[in-house]
Amino acid sequence: MTDLTQLGVKAIREGVAGGDFTAREVAEAFNANVAAAQDALNAFIVATPEKALEAADKVDADRAAGKPLGAMAGVPIGMKDLFATRGVQTTAASHILDHFIPEYESTVSQKLWDAGAGMLGKLNLDQFAMGSSNETSYYGNVISPWRRNDGGNAALAPGGSSGGSSAAVAARLCPAATGTDTGGSIRQPAAFTGISGIKPTYGRCSRWGIVAFASSLDQAGPMARDVTDCAIMLGAMAGFDPKDSTSLDMPVPDWAGSLNADLKGKRVGIPKEYRMDGTDAEILGLWDQGIAWLKDAGAEVVDISLPHTKYALPAYYIVAPAEASSNLARYDGVRYGLRDLPQGANLQDMYAATRAAGFGDEVKRRILIGTYVLSAGFYDAYYTQAMKVRTLIQRDFAAAFETCDVILAPTTPTASFALGEKIDDPLAMYLNDVFSVPASLAGLPAMSVPGGLNKDGLPLGLQIIGKAFDEQGVLDAGLAIEQRAGFVAQPGKWW
Amino acid sequence: MSSTATSTYRIQGATGEWEVVIGLEVHAQVTSNAKLFSGAATAFGAEPNAQVSLVDAAMPGMLPVPNRECIRQAVRTGLAIEAQINKWSRFDRKNYFYADLPQGYQISQLYHPLVGEGSLLIEADEKAGIAEDKVIGIERIHVEQDAGKLMHDQHPTMSFVDLNRSGVALMEIVSRPDMRSPAEAGAYLAKLRQIVRYVGSCDGNMDQGSMRADVNVSVRKPGDEFGTRTETKNVNSVRFVMAVVEAEALRQVDLIEDGGTVVQETRLYDPDRNETRSMRSKEDAHDYRYFPDPDLLPLVLDDAFVEECRASLPELPDAKRNRYIAELGVPEYNAHVLTAEVETARWFEALLSETAAAQGKSEGEVAKQASNWLISEFFGALNKAGHELADSPVSHEQAAELLALVGKGTISGSIAKQVLETMIETGDSAGTIVEREGLKQESDSGAIEAAVDKVLADNADKVADYKGGKQQLFGFFVGQTMKAMQGKGNPQVVNEVLKAKLG
Repeated sequence: MTDLTQLGVKAIREGVAGGDFTAREVAEAFNANVAAAQDALNAFIVATPEKALEAADKVDADRAAGKPLGAMAGVPIGMKDLFATRGVQTTAASHILDHFIPEYESTVSQKLWDAGAGMLGKLNLDQFAMGSSNETSYYGNVISPWRRNDGGNAALAPGGSSGGSSAAVAARLCPAATGTDTGGSIRQPAAFTGISGIKPTYGRCSRWGIVAFASSLDQAGPMARDVTDCAIMLGAMAGFDPKDSTSLDMPVPDWAGSLNADLKGKRVGIPKEYRMDGTDAEILGLWDQGIAWLKDAGAEVVDISLPHTKYALPAYYIVAPAEASSNLARYDGVRYGLRDLPQGANLQDMYAATRAAGFGDEVKRRILIGTYVLSAGFYDAYYTQAMKVRTLIQRDFAAAFETCDVILAPTTPTASFALGEKIDDPLAMYLNDVFSVPASLAGLPAMSVPGGLNKDGLPLGLQIIGKAFDEQGVLDAGLAIEQRAGFVAQPGKWW
Repeated sequence: MSSTATSTYRIQGATGEWEVVIGLEVHAQVTSNAKLFSGAATAFGAEPNAQVSLVDAAMPGMLPVPNRECIRQAVRTGLAIEAQINKWSRFDRKNYFYADLPQGYQISQLYHPLVGEGSLLIEADEKAGIAEDKVIGIERIHVEQDAGKLMHDQHPTMSFVDLNRSGVALMEIVSRPDMRSPAEAGAYLAKLRQIVRYVGSCDGNMDQGSMRADVNVSVRKPGDEFGTRTETKNVNSVRFVMAVVEAEALRQVDLIEDGGTVVQETRLYDPDRNETRSMRSKEDAHDYRYFPDPDLLPLVLDDAFVEECRASLPELPDAKRNRYIAELGVPEYNAHVLTAEVETARWFEALLSETAAAQGKSEGEVAKQASNWLISEFFGALNKAGHELADSPVSHEQAAELLALVGKGTISGSIAKQVLETMIETGDSAGTIVEREGLKQESDSGAIEAAVDKVLADNADKVADYKGGKQQLFGFFVGQTMKAMQGKGNPQVVNEVLKAKLG
């Protein structure tokens, strides 16, 4: 019998629907992989094998009864622990949400369950989705399943903040996982681990029930083995939600059914400003390769300019912390989660003690930055200025999309790095987001697809950025690259 | 913008006269079944924390969605004060930590309020010292969330939090510093309350906290620049607002004349001691770190929405009063009284329409009589029986029936008073009571003649006096006749018969 854990979303769905195997068999196989890898990879904060089985049994019963099966029927997935799940602890990987068990289910996770998916567990992440290496989690680092081919056993970063998601998909602990992307948190970990991931247009996926980091940037999206699986899963996640004022009231296209790798008549923009100092030569090489692949798929390649790119990262690191400083004010020890109430403490003391104990260093750093940039006397110089930059970046993209349909760029400036390498240098860590942040600030759909391995044997990703609402264009270009890159590498199993 | 109508209100200090400058920020709870950004209910007096949604409790991942009805009510209020309606407005977060504020921020509107410049007219009131009509500028109305309520009396060492009010929609109505006396401040607040109650955007129940004012007061020598102001928070009656203005202005004058300076600060009013005291000064004021709420898109109103709001406005108090006077011939005093509260006006108009119909007359023909009766008879009788208009045991249909009985001469005005008392007591209709108690007015001249004859016979001496020139005794004969007929004699006929008999 085939190893079911080698199968992706589409293959599992079809196999279950066709009776090649049962959803229960699939769930059991992945449950076993989750359990076996937990000590080594720490990808999950909590495993929920019973949830996966329960959903699988329902699908098997529905199939036996001849009922129609959903788009994710029989597919067990990992759920980033930023999504509220009814009855299952939801931590955002923070101590401050200790013992928090929501009585509600996020819109996106509910849509996935409704489509027939089951939950293998809650995936580790950077605390409150703040980080690029999954080293800020209260529940410990996630270890990438990938290792360098230099014979050393250095533990590598799976990327962040969706590091549990990327590691779990790459290590075949789940066929797909949810991610969230605020400044690159789906794309960068996907690139680091040789998988695909798409951040849709801002507003495509409801934010209701997702622990907020930066509201104007946060978007959920799928992380999976390939472009087709991403398209299927995104279709199950997206849709208008009246409970989210920023939700897009638009129909959800049949992305998976419309996938088309023939790019004849399409123009691919190559932004000159993304050729930055400090970018790995191999990544620049892969970028050139990507251009060739897209030409081969029939696309016309055009040079474009996104002149305000260099201001994107500083603007992002003002806007996102500003929103976070306010969004995280609700974690105060009063109503849920951690409460640290020292002897004789008053309300202010309780706030201070609770937040000091509950938040990790990176979260505190961003709350401090955000509080500072919103303070009287600094607001105009920082927040207002950053919002102006954001508008300019949106205009850059709008102008560029006059002459092209999608943009091709690297996802990250480097391949995965060793844990501990950058954690004490926040600025170096923030630079990881340099290619992913502009699309976030503009609210555009963007995805990372694996392009190849570097000389160390580590995956490298290519990023496709599309026009607002044109996930289809992004997925199509991603598919064209996927077909030509022929990326089939998997991390050797050492755990 | 400031109106230049002069006020005579001056504080006599040791160094001369001082003028007081007042601006009010009024928080009015929007009448709506649901909160500003959540579906939770808003009824007053529910069990603590019984009306709290996940959004109100600021659970992780919860998001605000604006309540259309709350926005509509604020727009209607704006239209009622003839204000500019901003079709593009935006919500901002006001960040601070407190146990009654679950989100750690209040969603408000600092930079782009829903309603811009408007104004309101306060009327001349000589008794109160308001010399002439005065227009008070209103700078803006914005909508925002209310906070929860802390309860410190439930436990010896802990405070409890009730989040029922958390997230309830408030309108903050900010006046210009255009008021110059306690009376003007009181009149402004009373007028604003009258308008929101007419519009139906706020119930105006100040004792329940549905409406409360932050009172900004400064003093200056007439003609000088504005002085430093203080803000006294959460004042919850018209009377207290007037008291705060007076107490705070006197305090400031004393302070300045003693060589001190007024500090810009937030103060609290203590009604028991009739004084304000410092709550916090500007130095330890919060830095609220206002910024646009990223969970919410800008609020964009279309023309149709605004027009619907405009079309749904009722006749407002000033217009109504003028119409009563000009079109219905209601005396000016009556018109004021009847339009003061929207419920009173509604009652009057219903009574008017029923009365006109019952008597086959136009409203204009019966308006003066009905307004007089309502004010001089009905309110007094209700009050005497411990009722208010809202819980009147007598409906306007029943009242109209009573007035019709008087109008048709079936009963006299004095009998009507007696019937009204019985109606309030029993809830029975006037017709029933008149029938049951045999109160029908006697217009038959035969019966009246008999009664008159007896009165004249019994009082032969007075008849002689009358005929001798004591004309004022006529009233005595009328009274005696009415008494003899238990009040049921038709006064007109009695008069006629007496005149004839007495020659």
